[in-house]
Amino acid sequence: MSGQVGTANPKLHEKKCVSSFSLLTCSVMFQMVEEGSTLLRRMEISVAEAEKRSGKNSVNMQETFTVYLIETRPMDAIAEGRNPAPDSLWRRYSEFELLRNYLLVTYPFIVVPPLPEKRAEFVWHKLSADNMDPDFVERRRVGLENFLLRVASHPILSNDKILYHFLTEVGGSLSFQSRTADSRLRALSATFRVRNPDKRFVDMKHYSDELQSHTSQLLRARARVADRLYGVYKVHGNYGRVFSEWSAIEKEMGDGLQSAGHHMDAYAASIDDILEEEEHYADQLKEYLFYAEALRAVCRKHELTQFELEMATQDLVSKKQQREELATGIVRTFSFKGMTNKLFGQEAPEQREARLKLLEELIAEGEESVKEKTAECEEHVEGGWVDMQRFKEQKDKDLREALINYAIMQISMCKKGIQVWSNAKECFLKM
Amino acid sequence: MSSPTVPADFSGHMLDLDEDEDLEVFTKKTSMTDGSPMPNSPSSMVNQYGLDEEEEEQGTSTKDIFITVDNPESQVTAIETFIMYRVVTKTTRSEFDSSEYEVRRRYQDFVWLRGRLEESQPTLIVHPLPEKFVMKGMVERFNEDFIETRRKALHRFLNKISEHPILSSSEHFKVFLTAQELTPHRKQGPSFLSRMGETVRAVANSVRGLRSRPEEFVIMQEYVEDFSNKISSMDKVTQRIIKEQKEYLDELGQYSPTYTQWAGAEEELAEPLKGMAGCVELCNKETEELISHLADVLVPALHEYVLCAETLKTVMKRRDNIQADFESKSEALAAKKVDQEALKEEVDALADRVELANNALKGDWSRWQNSMRTDLKSAFVATAEKNVEYYEKCLAVWERFLLSQRTEPSEEQAGEDAS
Repeated sequence: MSGQVGTANPKLHEKKCVSSFSLLTCSVMFQMVEEGSTLLRRMEISVAEAEKRSGKNSVNMQETFTVYLIETRPMDAIAEGRNPAPDSLWRRYSEFELLRNYLLVTYPFIVVPPLPEKRAEFVWHKLSADNMDPDFVERRRVGLENFLLRVASHPILSNDKILYHFLTEVGGSLSFQSRTADSRLRALSATFRVRNPDKRFVDMKHYSDELQSHTSQLLRARARVADRLYGVYKVHGNYGRVFSEWSAIEKEMGDGLQSAGHHMDAYAASIDDILEEEEHYADQLKEYLFYAEALRAVCRKHELTQFELEMATQDLVSKKQQREELATGIVRTFSFKGMTNKLFGQEAPEQREARLKLLEELIAEGEESVKEKTAECEEHVEGGWVDMQRFKEQKDKDLREALINYAIMQISMCKKGIQVWSNAKECFLKM
Repeated sequence: MSSPTVPADFSGHMLDLDEDEDLEVFTKKTSMTDGSPMPNSPSSMVNQYGLDEEEEEQGTSTKDIFITVDNPESQVTAIETFIMYRVVTKTTRSEFDSSEYEVRRRYQDFVWLRGRLEESQPTLIVHPLPEKFVMKGMVERFNEDFIETRRKALHRFLNKISEHPILSSSEHFKVFLTAQELTPHRKQGPSFLSRMGETVRAVANSVRGLRSRPEEFVIMQEYVEDFSNKISSMDKVTQRIIKEQKEYLDELGQYSPTYTQWAGAEEELAEPLKGMAGCVELCNKETEELISHLADVLVPALHEYVLCAETLKTVMKRRDNIQADFESKSEALAAKKVDQEALKEEVDALADRVELANNALKGDWSRWQNSMRTDLKSAFVATAEKNVEYYEKCLAVWERFLLSQRTEPSEEQAGEDAS
């Protein structure tokens, strides 16, 4: 799935450029490739297939899982008209998770694209919640490809070496990264109070909560509507059955009833494709439901760095205060040392010297630390703000297209309905 | 027909089986007039109730009688409360003294009329009346929808009778349409006891069994059984569709607010999100209308024929009884040696009766089948049209939305690619 619409790879084209969702990605990616010099410009990436595998897991138990085939081809070869065979490797979902966690930790100021859902949520009754279900696997394949394309077209993320290795080499290097990733990720979910967070980040965090809440409510409501609509269409299948039986006992009305019955059956059957199509819309919304979390993570990271800066600054202030007290002998604040001095007498000058010296060292370290943390905080704020703006633009564009796609789907459904019922009417007129 | 005179204060309520079939209303409202003026010209009345295809059925003959049932009003007396309907007749038929009549009738009166018609013509197919009250579903006996449904059915009943070549010239029919006070006429005719007698004989005959039913009536019987099953299924399926549509409607109602709420948190996206909410709301309204059509047009039409199927079964039983009567007397004639003359006359009369009954039924049967085909065809066509209309309206809603989004500056090719 390159940015080029209508690529030379027929297999890709046939597999993906069918659903409107994939076409959406096509056009969006086309935009992105034009804009920056990203990995996607140099390399055509796709998640071409999915397969079931069995193997022993870490506790030596037999398990079944799905692997996905990542295919890459150099863009310049394609542009020159050559059609090289793609390089490919198989990866499973958990490996994608490791990659993403790595990116989250390494680029904390970037709103990292989300993965497709781990388990099927917002399920309406017909859709299987089973991870092995072929429809779920297919939608996951599309989602994983979308993830890779988004990452590979990001101005900063796409240059990452680990990403490159993920796409082109089979290797275990990712697992090493994951251990440090886990601990830092855990830090992101801790609670702490920040005195002076950047207001823009505070607002963004509120927004991310709203985005998450609204998209999940919408998804839930949509799933229920889909469920009910399914019921309406399927019940019409009963008309098909009754008309068919009834036509057998009628003379003049028989033909009309019989053929009307066929149309009712067609009507009942049509809902399956319609709702399958709508799942793509749900997937587009889900992407932004999960993006909300990524956005919140950036804001949380800001809080964390700001908090650490505030802590470091405070620590430096108190150390400087201690030095002053030690140097002048004036105790401004209560301290045990001060108390013990009063009770047991002052300490010896050598001891005081030693302590002063230590303090000076700590203060020097502290100043370095504050400098570092200030820089880190500023960097994060700067980088984060830029990426959040980029994200906002991308979100507005993508979601608007998703809504348009939904309208197109509704139009298509209405046209089918008009067709079926007009046909049925013709049959009834022949009764 | 001759009838015993009945004392004016005869508390016929005690013996009149039809009493409890009437609708009793205990609401405070004393008037339920819809207030709409009745059109006066015959031609406008023909088109008033869409399902009636009188012109088709009449063939080349023009309709010369127009009957409407409207204006249900509740009447309160010392003993009871019930609904009275206005029945207006306009006609050019010579047997009517005047060209226009207006009377008030209650459900009980319709029941009386139908009973008389069946009695006078036991093997003709007399259109059924709406039922006493609906058992399943949440329809309350006294509510406006139920009264309106009943009114429409009573209207159809009278029109069906007026179209029947034989029944419409019934004296009872004329009396029903013209007499200001029906009560004196109602107490005439076979009494409760004689009706009971008829039922007892019918049961005895059915126990005895029929020697042999003529082939055509065997076929008819089978058809009636099958038809009854199919039309009941149609009724049930339609009710089920309404139920599913209502649940769909409920969920749609929850769906559009999620777009509105989200719009509140967005800037650029607020406008398209609100647009979506609007579209879903409009589709919501269209779904409501579709449900109304199903409930007000299709269900009554199907239900009417469910009742017809029962009528057909009853008619067939009556025909069988007439044949059974003849056969039993005929056997008696063959067995007995005495009183052969008198018995022979009776048997001959019964033989005639059988032939009349069979012919009447045969004639009415094809008439009924045509009528059924026309009525149901019309109802199905209307439903298909309503569905097409529903989808056309929803289509327009979404196309308008799409257009509004495409004229925005930042919009491009995704829409075109996907369609």
